[in-house]
Amino acid sequence: MNTAFIVISLMNGISYGLLLFMLSAGLTLIFSMMGVLNFAHASFYMLGAYFAYSLMGVIGFWPALIIAPLAVGLIGALFERYSLRRVHRFGHVAELLITFGLSYLVLEVVQLLWGRAAVPYALPPALQGTLFTLYDIQFPKSRSFIMLVAVLMLVAVWLLLTRTRIGLIIQAALKNPEMVEALGHNVPRVFMFVFGGGAALAALAGAIAGNTYVTEPSMAAAVGSIIFVVVVVGGMGSLSGAFVASLLIGIVQTFAVALDISVATVLQPLGISVSPQIFGYALLSLTISQMAPILPYLFLVLILIFRPNGLLGTERG
Amino acid sequence: MTHALEIKALRKDFGKTSIIRGIDLAVRRGERVAIIGPNGAGKSTLFNLVSGRITPTSGEVFLNDSRIDGLRPYDIYRRGLARSFQITNVFANLSAFENLRCGTLWSLGYGYSFWRFLSDMRDANERAEVILEQIGLSRKRDVAASSLTYAEQRALEIGLTIAGGQDVILLDEPTAGMSRTETERFVELIRKVTEGKTLLTVEHDMSVVFGLADRIAVIVYGEVIAFDTPEAVRADARVQEAYLGSPLAMTSAGH
Amino acid sequence: MGFSWSEIERSFWGRAIIWLAFAAGLGIAPLLFRSGIAMTILSQAGYVIIICLSYNILFGQGGMLSFGHAVYTGFGALIAMHAMRMAGDSGGWSVPLPLIPLVGGLAGGFMAVLFGYVTTKKSGITFAMITLGLGELVAAMSLMFPGFFGGEAGVKADRVYGEPLFGFDFGPQIQVYYLIAIYCVVCTALMYAFTCTPLGRLLNATRDNPERVEFIGYSTQRVRYLAFIVSGFFAGIGGGLAAINFEIINAGDSLSIAQSGSFLLFTFLGGASFFVGPIIGGIMLVLASVLLSDLTSAWLLYIGLFFVLMVMYVPGGVASLIATNVAVVHSGKASRLIVPYIGLIVASVAALCGLSLLIEMTYHTQFETAKGPVMRFLGATIDTHQSAIWIAAVLYTALVGAFLRFACLRFMSGWEKIQEEMDAAQAIEVRP
Ligand SMILES: Nc1ncnc2c1ncn2[C@@H]1O[C@H](COP(=O)(O)OP(=O)(O)OP(=O)(O)O)[C@@H](O)[C@H]1O
Ligand SMILES: [Mg+2]
Repeated sequence: MNTAFIVISLMNGISYGLLLFMLSAGLTLIFSMMGVLNFAHASFYMLGAYFAYSLMGVIGFWPALIIAPLAVGLIGALFERYSLRRVHRFGHVAELLITFGLSYLVLEVVQLLWGRAAVPYALPPALQGTLFTLYDIQFPKSRSFIMLVAVLMLVAVWLLLTRTRIGLIIQAALKNPEMVEALGHNVPRVFMFVFGGGAALAALAGAIAGNTYVTEPSMAAAVGSIIFVVVVVGGMGSLSGAFVASLLIGIVQTFAVALDISVATVLQPLGISVSPQIFGYALLSLTISQMAPILPYLFLVLILIFRPNGLLGTERG
Repeated sequence: MTHALEIKALRKDFGKTSIIRGIDLAVRRGERVAIIGPNGAGKSTLFNLVSGRITPTSGEVFLNDSRIDGLRPYDIYRRGLARSFQITNVFANLSAFENLRCGTLWSLGYGYSFWRFLSDMRDANERAEVILEQIGLSRKRDVAASSLTYAEQRALEIGLTIAGGQDVILLDEPTAGMSRTETERFVELIRKVTEGKTLLTVEHDMSVVFGLADRIAVIVYGEVIAFDTPEAVRADARVQEAYLGSPLAMTSAGH
Repeated sequence: MGFSWSEIERSFWGRAIIWLAFAAGLGIAPLLFRSGIAMTILSQAGYVIIICLSYNILFGQGGMLSFGHAVYTGFGALIAMHAMRMAGDSGGWSVPLPLIPLVGGLAGGFMAVLFGYVTTKKSGITFAMITLGLGELVAAMSLMFPGFFGGEAGVKADRVYGEPLFGFDFGPQIQVYYLIAIYCVVCTALMYAFTCTPLGRLLNATRDNPERVEFIGYSTQRVRYLAFIVSGFFAGIGGGLAAINFEIINAGDSLSIAQSGSFLLFTFLGGASFFVGPIIGGIMLVLASVLLSDLTSAWLLYIGLFFVLMVMYVPGGVASLIATNVAVVHSGKASRLIVPYIGLIVASVAALCGLSLLIEMTYHTQFETAKGPVMRFLGATIDTHQSAIWIAAVLYTALVGAFLRFACLRFMSGWEKIQEEMDAAQAIEVRP
């Protein structure tokens, strides 16, 4: 383990963490405004990747990067308008169920239209190759592009929320929806806008992650549960909490994947050898990299035991 | 030990605003105390603090001489304090009877059991029927709480509060929104079901207050400005000032 | 009013008759349906009913939306499988086969004791997210410890071991079916009994109004936790029966979130607010996964569509659909709905034909290119390379869709009017 490895892993971790935040930000915003846990949020992420992939063949990567999120945002807004709003009167559980149903449908439709295998969604030439090399370790351009887009998006959302009229209404509706409605604002329309906006952000994340990682039908499920973990760990409804949790989980997971250490390898230099005969060998010989997939969930359990309201959460139902 | 409930220097801040600003109150066993005060004075907040719905910023609360502040609501209930809510707070999808039967279970010692049938618990069923009769809902025995009328829901709210037989009862505006005749019937009911118990009730209707209470506590801006017999409170200059007028304003109903 | 369904349900004899009919139905079913596939369906339905009912203890009765129920069924199945293996190895510790489901139940209950402690700290939406996280945790772990979870190949065991009991060695499927059927009746009865106990009722109260429960002396967390354990126990029994039925278990599939999701989906479709709802849902689950999946490879898409429509239009599930229609028939107003119903059904079938033609043609071109461009649909032969067919199918679907929308509106207006009249009639009846 050397400095170069640490620096590169940290950058990879931050880039992955920022990607998670692009997703969890929308999820948190939708949750705290509408009380809806959008189960289909990761499905919008997946749609973003597939749309961008298909559009890229027609209009090229850069225009696709803009059109795909807009199209998905429109789908999100229509879904809010014609499905979600209808079940609103049946309560939050029905709202969750309808988004659960949507996630199910999106997965099936994606498989129907694009097949079950991964699609060859390639990086455009400008993003291929490495940005820099530290000793022997490379940092790809595409990862830095994710970071750039995420930061730009963050700034844009922050400006939108603090500097524009609709942003101020959103902030007010976060605190007190009835009051905003009483003041004559069309809260359902704001909800539709927020839901569509959240879907568009998720799709943007999908469009830039799809060619850095892999565009395949399982990509939604892969991040879907992680962003739920992020939202709970950060504290339900807390944007800053989601930010901290995204980076934390992004970094921890990236480091974990690269560490081939187990209890057994640590014990070896001490003269204790762990052989397959001894009790608990499976556990002792498990490397951290093998454990990487479960780390976020372990983290979730620990947080719930020791800080039930999340890292930055406040008391809430 | 003569005090059923004793509150000492109780404070509650929400953010920077102080809502309860140092309340001391000692209620004797078997006493009926009415709590009055303008809207937003902190009466419900006081009940919330005492019953464990929210935790105090500072101060102490004693129930039968044991300290209860900071405990969970169910702990406080188990020590003998039950409360009703200003806004009806019952089990919407359960029938009136089921609501009341749920209210009796803990006190009758049934705990969390899942190896005995409710229908075999004669004491719980009888008690639920008796209370149903007392609050006048026998005809609506099997109607879901959410389908009851407003007055019936208020009655159920009181029934659920007294079902466990706790000996300190807090009622938050039990007669709010009721007609004259309903109120009279209700006051009679409250008098009957809290016989021998310690009662604290928030009330805006002055005729009810003066008819029911042994002592009256007046809360204004989170402080008790008077706590005395009805006559003494009526004569209290600060109380009259707080209520913006003459003793006449207080005897006429409402706020 | 005379004779009503709820009265039958309430009287002792009425209840006894319902239970006897349920048991008798399960008893004679294999005599009525003799094919191999019927045996498969019946056996699976027996334990899936137990699982859906156990899920509904959380979902319908406790308002706890769990996305991780497969953890408890899956562990029940795994431990049951290991117990069967140990019993098969001579000299091992041997549990007679009829008790293996109980081993599964204890395993499911144990996992619920462990995980429920964390999950039931929260309620509502947060609870849902935590169960999802824990479900993922367990699913991911199953890949890390192939020794216990069986890895890709799964865990296998033979259900025939030891001395036959009363001449049954549980080799033939029919014997397994009757074992499942007995468990099904007993567990259903026990879970029904649970709804009539203090904990069962407090669970309903916690669903309706958790805050007030704390003010009548109960910790809602404790109520949820205990119910969670009860649910985990029955889920484990269901899993144990599945292990006996299949003799192989793939942990990756049976612990997966998709598996949990299907329990949720079908319990909801059956009707979570009725005790019988999950029974209907369980039967639907098995029928869909055995028959529908055989009929079309796009079956999950149809299920998803059906689910979304049900959430939007019939949130009470099939059971509520039956109950409200029975009420309409009782009120004597059903005749007014006959024409709208016929319209609705004709339009739905026509629209379904159009939509499924499109789906199947897409499916065919996407996944079955090896079979050539020609496919069969409802007995007709269709050449998917002809664009005229595609255009016709799209036009037809759009047209029929518009017709369906019209039929829907017409039906809804009639339906809502009748509901209003019935509500008004009820209000008069109750008034003193
Ligand atoms: N959770 C809370 N957070 C912030 N402020 C609160 C909270 N609960 C109550 N308050 C404030 O405390 C004050 C007292 O409220 P409270 O409900 O105790 O009044 P009250 O005396 O019961 O009035 P009413 O007669 O209208 O019922 C009000 O100004 C209210 O806005
Ligand atoms: Mg109040």
